[in-house]
Amino acid sequence: MTDSSQRVVHWARTKRLMIITLTIWFIFSFAVHWIADSLNAFSFMGFPLGYYMAAQGAEVIFVILIFWFVRAQQKIDQETGFAEE
Amino acid sequence: MIKGDFIDNLPKIYGMYTGGFLAFVLLMAVLEQLGVGADTIGILFVSFTVVIYAGIGWLSRTMQVDAYYVAGRQVPAVFNGMATAADWMSGASFVAMAGGIYFGGHGYLAFVVGWTGGYVLVASLMAPYLRKFGCYTVPDFIGTRYGGNLARFFAVVVLTVASFTYVTAQINATGTIAARALQIPFEVGVWFGLSGILLCSMLGGMRAVTWTQVAQYIVLIIAYLVPVFWMSNKQGFGLIPQFVYGDAVARIGELEAMYQLGGLEAIEGAKKGLKALSTAHAAAGDPWKFVTLVLCMMAGTASLPHILMRYFTTPSVKAARQSVAWSLLFIFLLYFTAPALATFTKLQVLDPNLATGIIGKSIADVSALDWVQKWANIGFVQIIDGNGDGLLQLNEFFMRGDIVVLATPEIAGLPYVISGLVAAGGMAAAMSTADGLLLAIANALSHDLYYKIIDPKAETKKRLLVARILLLAIGAAGAFVASLKLTSILGAVAWAFDFACSGLFFPIVLGIWWKRANRPGALAGMLFGFTAGSLYLYYVAPAFLGNDPWLGIDHLRFGIIGMPVSLIAMVVVSLMTAEPDAETQAMVDEIRVPSGKTVLDSTH
Repeated sequence: MTDSSQRVVHWARTKRLMIITLTIWFIFSFAVHWIADSLNAFSFMGFPLGYYMAAQGAEVIFVILIFWFVRAQQKIDQETGFAEE
Repeated sequence: MIKGDFIDNLPKIYGMYTGGFLAFVLLMAVLEQLGVGADTIGILFVSFTVVIYAGIGWLSRTMQVDAYYVAGRQVPAVFNGMATAADWMSGASFVAMAGGIYFGGHGYLAFVVGWTGGYVLVASLMAPYLRKFGCYTVPDFIGTRYGGNLARFFAVVVLTVASFTYVTAQINATGTIAARALQIPFEVGVWFGLSGILLCSMLGGMRAVTWTQVAQYIVLIIAYLVPVFWMSNKQGFGLIPQFVYGDAVARIGELEAMYQLGGLEAIEGAKKGLKALSTAHAAAGDPWKFVTLVLCMMAGTASLPHILMRYFTTPSVKAARQSVAWSLLFIFLLYFTAPALATFTKLQVLDPNLATGIIGKSIADVSALDWVQKWANIGFVQIIDGNGDGLLQLNEFFMRGDIVVLATPEIAGLPYVISGLVAAGGMAAAMSTADGLLLAIANALSHDLYYKIIDPKAETKKRLLVARILLLAIGAAGAFVASLKLTSILGAVAWAFDFACSGLFFPIVLGIWWKRANRPGALAGMLFGFTAGSLYLYYVAPAFLGNDPWLGIDHLRFGIIGMPVSLIAMVVVSLMTAEPDAETQAMVDEIRVPSGKTVLDSTH
């Protein structure tokens, strides 16, 4: 494959990863807090769930999400031959 | 003792440093037992740590351009993560966040969510691509991607306004802490704090700031976590407080009902800045207010230049990406502790079953408590017996939010050495952020305005001299504004994020992700977004016109106005004008892949 067609593949996969990452990000940044009041009816580790998601849950997800994203992007770079030395 | 390169020995060096700091804390504890006064211990804590930072700053001095601007691009991912965390967590995060949650309850957690989730945007949309670009500053990217001095100049203006708003708050915080710990007037404390900040950055630029920020992170995280763990175990709340405060949240709910929170009449006459509890701890507020604040803080995180420029210092694109993940992990350690601290402090004050509880007790007894007396003396705590029954009610106890972090060790009856440690941590948090911000402004002015626009032929020595003079001048201007005490710490911090996302978010993101974005579009995006946001702030902020907000978009959220205006202006104008030339499009292709040379040379 030529370099330029590899670039197209690399960028398509990178964009897809970005969209997946930001979809998860959107859910835990906005969606769960939008329905926090309803979530508070449930209990998690002794916390009302809506409160827990704002105080700790969303933050835990963000940390895991970024570490996962970094690995996934590195895999894309390696498989398409664009990783650094 | 240490062989080989400084970079190779980083874990060893900072390991020794951490051990040394812990030994110092123990020494202070011994001195306290020997009867050395609390004031002396406070002075020793703050001055010892500041001297260490200044020493690191001096050792990192440099006369090389790439060392000065991007620390020679050799900061490993984990260490850059620590430096970013210190750069990020300001005096406001350290001192005011737990207090904000104490008073604001669930609604205030929007800051915590926003200031962590923003890093997802930094990692996926920004940092790796800007690192591949090889710029020294954010305006360097805008100026090269879109071409032309005007784009560069607009970016410098937005950066300066956003960062300067932020830095005055940080200098203010260093002044407050220095004044209290060293027992000097606030106005003197501000200048003392500034000299510490400048010692860390003037001689070595980014290189010096990087290595002091790592040192400051270690101090601030120890200072934040130790008291919380200690308090939690001493009061029997649990071994790891962050995981077990669910019951405390529920108990506070019961106590709020018992004390008729929200049902009592507000009492007038408290000093400025002091508040009584009036918001329920865990009740979900208005979801619209929550998500708009989250969005502004996240987009602001991803456009604040002092954060983005930290990722220019890593050895590779991969390391830049990894370093964002480490940054968030290190930030998370403090941010997921703040709500636990706020909850436990509130429980200790409210719960009549605990020895520390004060609500419902007789006012004479409460006023005689050591910590109440001490903080009342400096106007941080106030008791007004509204109904004259001699018993303290929820609406009769007023305090400043800062107390939650600063006084918790005393409320829980921990030794004074912990209070000294907390003061040192607050100082580290405020200094590290101020350093990053001052450097972001001075670098943009010296590299982009002076070198790229005014005098492109200037030689290295002159460039670095100009950079240092600007650093000094901006620091002095910041200290001067801070000494005027114009805004509360929090108002100013949120504004910086709104300014940054109104003017810079879309020009940076679309510069990477939309090849069609061109110079007129970027100019329109920066100009209209920033202007719309600023005008709305002027329209709505209580300090200015103070009009009623539209749709609940108050002065903390003016980015909600600025960002869409910026996006629409940028897209419409880009599409109405010619597409960027082939060279620019090739440049965008180049930054999208990690391998290969950076777009800009290592010294440019």
